[in-house]
Amino acid sequence: MSASQATRQIYTFYLDRHIFGVPVTCVQEILRLQMLTRVPRSASVVAGLVNLRGHIVTALDVRARLHLPPRPEQLCPMNVVVHTSAGPVSLLVDRTGDVLDCDPAQCEPVPDTVDAGLRPLFTGVLKLPDRLVLLVDVERVVTLPERVGAT
Amino acid sequence: MTQEQELVREFLLESYENLERLDQDFLVLEQNPQDRQRLQSIFRTIHTLKGTCGFFGFSRLERLAHAGENLLGRLRDGELDLTPDMAQTLLHMVDRIRRLLAGIERSGTEPDEDVEPIVAELHRWVAGQPCATAREAPAPSTADEHPQSAPASRTVPDVPGTEQQSPPTQEPGDTQALPVLEDKPVAETVPSLADSTLRVDVAVLDKLMNLVGELVLTRNRILQCSNAGLDDTLVAAIQRLDLVTTELQENVMKLRMQPIGNLWNKFPRMVRDRAYACGKKVHLVMEGADTELDKTLIEAVRDPLTHILRNAIDHGIESPADRRQAGKPEEGTIVLRAYHEGGQVTIEVSDDGRGLDWERIRAKALAAGLVTAEQAARMSTRDLSQLVFLPGFSTAQQVTRLSGRGVGMDVVRTCIERIGGLVDIYSESGRGTTLTLKIPLTLAIVPALIVECAGDRYAIPQASLLKLVKLAEGHSDKCLEWVHGAPAFRLHGRLLPVVCLQRLLGLSACADACTARSLVVLHADERSFGLIVDKICDTEDIVVKPLSRHLKGIPIYAGATILGDGTVALILDVMGMAQEVHLAGSEYREETRTHQALAERGHWVTLLVVECGGQRLALPLAQVYRLEEVPASRLERASGSEVLQYRDRIMPLVRLGTLLGVPQTLSQRLPVVVCRQPEGDDFVGLIVDRIVDFVETELHPDLTAGRPSAGALVLAGRVTELLDLGAVCAHAVPRSAAAGKGAL
Repeated sequence: MSASQATRQIYTFYLDRHIFGVPVTCVQEILRLQMLTRVPRSASVVAGLVNLRGHIVTALDVRARLHLPPRPEQLCPMNVVVHTSAGPVSLLVDRTGDVLDCDPAQCEPVPDTVDAGLRPLFTGVLKLPDRLVLLVDVERVVTLPERVGAT
Repeated sequence: MTQEQELVREFLLESYENLERLDQDFLVLEQNPQDRQRLQSIFRTIHTLKGTCGFFGFSRLERLAHAGENLLGRLRDGELDLTPDMAQTLLHMVDRIRRLLAGIERSGTEPDEDVEPIVAELHRWVAGQPCATAREAPAPSTADEHPQSAPASRTVPDVPGTEQQSPPTQEPGDTQALPVLEDKPVAETVPSLADSTLRVDVAVLDKLMNLVGELVLTRNRILQCSNAGLDDTLVAAIQRLDLVTTELQENVMKLRMQPIGNLWNKFPRMVRDRAYACGKKVHLVMEGADTELDKTLIEAVRDPLTHILRNAIDHGIESPADRRQAGKPEEGTIVLRAYHEGGQVTIEVSDDGRGLDWERIRAKALAAGLVTAEQAARMSTRDLSQLVFLPGFSTAQQVTRLSGRGVGMDVVRTCIERIGGLVDIYSESGRGTTLTLKIPLTLAIVPALIVECAGDRYAIPQASLLKLVKLAEGHSDKCLEWVHGAPAFRLHGRLLPVVCLQRLLGLSACADACTARSLVVLHADERSFGLIVDKICDTEDIVVKPLSRHLKGIPIYAGATILGDGTVALILDVMGMAQEVHLAGSEYREETRTHQALAERGHWVTLLVVECGGQRLALPLAQVYRLEEVPASRLERASGSEVLQYRDRIMPLVRLGTLLGVPQTLSQRLPVVVCRQPEGDDFVGLIVDRIVDFVETELHPDLTAGRPSAGALVLAGRVTELLDLGAVCAHAVPRSAAAGKGAL
């Protein structure tokens, strides 16, 4: 999923002090789910399983995936359910932001200074007047590290 | 409905569907006559139809389809170009086929319709005679070319009842040529097969299943709430909802059910071909073909059943000559039987062949190192028959050819256990073999036990549940005991290995904390084990849902489910857990391996303690074949060493005293410990002074002693050396090996 050249809409969310964006088209729904069933022995990125109206969806801790510090206890995460090739996956984010219009002219490749291990997870940087939004490659984020290495 | 009728029904359904497409295909083709792909597809449809008609003996239909196929073949190969007139003839053919099918559907036999004019017309097109067009009454002069064709006076019979009829074909000859059947009224009263059934995507059914599952859960929640004093009308409505939901659930389940006969239909032919190839005569009997089970399960048993049948023909049933000799009818019989029993479907495959060859299996098991000699000798036929399910047995070509079973039986077992079923084998030498598969009715909804561990709930499928035990604290027969740091439980006097679920889940190193909790006794792969959980909650019917790819590869989970209160619970995989704790490997292999690894790690074993020159020696009982007392006079010498005639063989003898360099007492009657040599299956006799006792102990040998010894330990207050049988044989036997090998 490369940064498309046409103008598109970006859904933004916050993690720690950063702001990230994914294409609106891949977001199925955003909701706050209280019940999360942990899965012992799973990868640390797997936060647990949620019941999405009868579908069992795996929730991923995006903070862990992006090597950010763990979420503070009192912070109740939002579930951003995204479409992926493996069906719906819930991304746990700190809070949701706005939907932005993303002009390709405002986008730039990810700087080389970003952690090389994480760089493939991003498709580019959107430059806003006041801050930068990292554009996330959803397919890659929901693919856990071993698999990324394998491909 | 007989099997034949069922097959015809399927044929009709399929043909109707194909014809539907054919109409459209022809219309598109007329627009674009060069569309080779579409031609190919039409050709294939007609070709299939022709083949199936031949199978049922619908000769007219076959003849018609055959003529059409010829023309279509030429078109496909580009030898002819499709003209609108030609298309007209082909459409006529399709209409006529449809009418014939309708006749078959009504009466079960081919209607007495004349197809020859169309056949002739098709032939003319093939022969490249475009003169006769469909627009006009076709020339009747084809009788010489095709002797079987219709009387010359006939014209193209038309199809009055079908909407596809296009105007140009309304020739004057039409009505008089109309054949016998006036089918319109019948067709109106009896809906065609094509209208009464519907093909539905399985994915849609699955979705429906899911939704019904959700509805059931919601119903459960509402029922819980309704206990809290609501007004009567609401309670009545809730009860109604309850009823309707239950009924809906049952009906949706039924949608997925199919008679197992659908799968079996393919077997008679396979059996016939296979038997023919093997030069055998086999009669296949099928009972209970209407037994219904979930479609996914039917798919899942397809390969195992095929495999079992193939095995039965290849190895089970003897050649006609052998059967005659054995006093059996030349034709072997294989019985496929299916029936419902206790919420499960049982499928039996019995043959009246030669059965399993116990001695061969025993020998093979020994050679493969799966059992020790002593175990092999002790094994019952029932134990032996279980060996064919071991993976090691599958490659044993020699044994399988003779014994009749074994190729891939482990795969069969894995397939069946994967769907929560069981396989068993029963065989009588010379009389035949019966394989029994017990499989659940459906995979979609499974009765499960809900347990709690470390604050979370987990579901355990009840199929593998044996027993629940409430553990007590302190010392009683209801508490855990410890074997070298591993928990165990006495169940019916036998030690049951125990695992802590919390530990399996990697949540804590539970250690001694496992007190006063509950024990779930589970059964997997022929072995049992206990699982310690915090609490046993309830039983519940759960809908099994697969785990996402992020969680694949964790062997202890079989899936996930949504519990009555809406929370997600993981379903534990009993097989996976058993394998985790190294239990699922065969008992026999487990034991042999343990004995081999005896010196390295401590283990609970029974030892035979003997005395020799004042020294105490011990060896694992599992290595001992028999204890004998032999008069000294019976000892003989061969190649300079002592031997004994034993069971028609020459058994080398080892005086342990000599080996250990200690004086041995001389007596007239010598106690001899007969063991199987670790290499090969020859015996070796160890001459000792005295048999002392059997001691059950946990081995913790210090690896200090000399070579014939695997270590020393303290038994009954005395230092006892553990004999390494392999080393003893290596020291003592080579010289006499040549003598030992020769049979008497």
